[in-house]
Amino acid sequence: MPVLVVAEHDNAALKPATLPAVAAAAEIAAKVGSEVHILVAGKDCRGVAEAAARVAGVAKVLLADDAALDHGLAENLAPLVVGLTSSGHSGVFSYSHVLAPATTSGKNLMPRVAALLDVMQISDISAVVSPDTFVRPIYAGNALATVQSKDPIKIITVRGTAFAPAAADGGSAPIETITAPGSAGLSEFVRAELSKSERPELTSARVIISGGRGMQSGDNFHLLEAVADKLGAAVGASRAAVDAGFVPNDYQVGQTGKIVAPELYIAVGISGAIQHLAGMKDSKVIVAINKDDEAPIFQIADYGIVGDLFKIVPELDEELAKK
Amino acid sequence: MKALVAVKRVIDYNVKIRVKADHTGVETANVKMSMNPFDEIAVEEALRLREAGIVEEVILVSAGIQQCQETIRTGLAMGADRGVLVLTDVELQPLAVAKLLKAVIDKEGAEIVIIGKQAIDDDCNQTGQMLAALLGWPQATFASKITISGTAAEVTREVDGGLETLAFKLPIIVTTDLRLNEPRYASLPNIMKAKKKPIVPMTPEELGVDVTPRLITLKVEEPAKRQGGIKVASVAELVDKLKNEARVI
Repeated sequence: MPVLVVAEHDNAALKPATLPAVAAAAEIAAKVGSEVHILVAGKDCRGVAEAAARVAGVAKVLLADDAALDHGLAENLAPLVVGLTSSGHSGVFSYSHVLAPATTSGKNLMPRVAALLDVMQISDISAVVSPDTFVRPIYAGNALATVQSKDPIKIITVRGTAFAPAAADGGSAPIETITAPGSAGLSEFVRAELSKSERPELTSARVIISGGRGMQSGDNFHLLEAVADKLGAAVGASRAAVDAGFVPNDYQVGQTGKIVAPELYIAVGISGAIQHLAGMKDSKVIVAINKDDEAPIFQIADYGIVGDLFKIVPELDEELAKK
Repeated sequence: MKALVAVKRVIDYNVKIRVKADHTGVETANVKMSMNPFDEIAVEEALRLREAGIVEEVILVSAGIQQCQETIRTGLAMGADRGVLVLTDVELQPLAVAKLLKAVIDKEGAEIVIIGKQAIDDDCNQTGQMLAALLGWPQATFASKITISGTAAEVTREVDGGLETLAFKLPIIVTTDLRLNEPRYASLPNIMKAKKKPIVPMTPEELGVDVTPRLITLKVEEPAKRQGGIKVASVAELVDKLKNEARVI
């Protein structure tokens, strides 16, 4: 039986978060000697399906194009996924596994799918041990549980930072159009207020510079933005900075925000609460800038500078401009 | 209308957890337990809806061992009206909890159910969505603002790129995100009053729910510890190290 991945997209582009989920699916498919399919469900999203068809390792793209699927409402999307996985005979499934990235949309959708199929979801996996056994972080990543699923179909969300993304190019999978069950009539999209930024998204950025309570105000984040622009970095924040109202919640890196693992993470004025470390401790290289040399962030930082961030960050900006 | 809030007893968020030496789980003996912080937000929101005259009664439900009664008492001391405790020694997973909650809702009736978006122990983030699926209700997950007028609800959700607002018809499941509200502290008179509020015990058998776990935990381990690095004296040295040693810029 093939393995299905639910693609994350905005009807215009395939989101990079999909690629680690494809990689996890490919790992499972290799173990069971099967193949990976991608579901692209949305409205006017053929371009996304074409992008999904180019992803390396994908054998087939399923395209469901319907007005009811426009905003990825779980109430409309879940019956589509359930219909795809059930063969019509009770307890017999046409997919062995269904995976989605552990983003807010994946987390919203997949438990609804799992409950409709009467199975437990395996949330936020960080490794595939065998087709029915997975590793997942618990207690904000302070422990790792290895769990085995007894269910006949595995519904899984994938921690993006734990799997090297599948290559976005190299494949040429066929696209099959499927029909959607339409609207469940339970929910309606009203509006979205999305943060507009020219910078990369936090969860896929190669470099991230984050500010904490030490930034003192939202205005001071322009200091980080200047550095971010020189490094092609995304700008993040600690929960303390979000709670203080400096920046919106979608900047938040941590247990209750986004989980990131960039090549370089620069923590500015962040003390290093467990909550924050849970979201960034898997970064390849961590830099900490803090005036308190006892701050816990220094215990996990590869490079630390003790001092006034309002002096150090502009200096860093100048130093980067030099070369 | 009635609001039902599910509350979970978890290791207090300030406690640094320890993995058991035999790798079967996390040490919970002699560890401070509290209400899951996201559930506190759920209780607070239900109380605000009652104070706004939208909800008449706030019912708290918890499932697990006898000590979960303390978690319900905490919510009753915040101001909730009464509790239901589903007693079982079985390790409960989100699908089982969702089935228990559905059975309680079938009995008690409720037009709005508010649940924390995830518990800070297993970090599953499933129960609310699963309950919505089982009931055939809409789900407003990761809520940062709830507006109810008549039988219509508008909920603003915290999504990856920012905020999203959706419209629903009641009945509805809401799961709470951090910025929905700031939970109140229980006053001493309310803590005293809470001791007299009723908590009805039930069992999964009485509710006709099979709570057998679907996931088997094979082992629990500590993650690899990250080694601390060095402190550098100047920005120039930092940039040099990032370029020539770490090679990340």
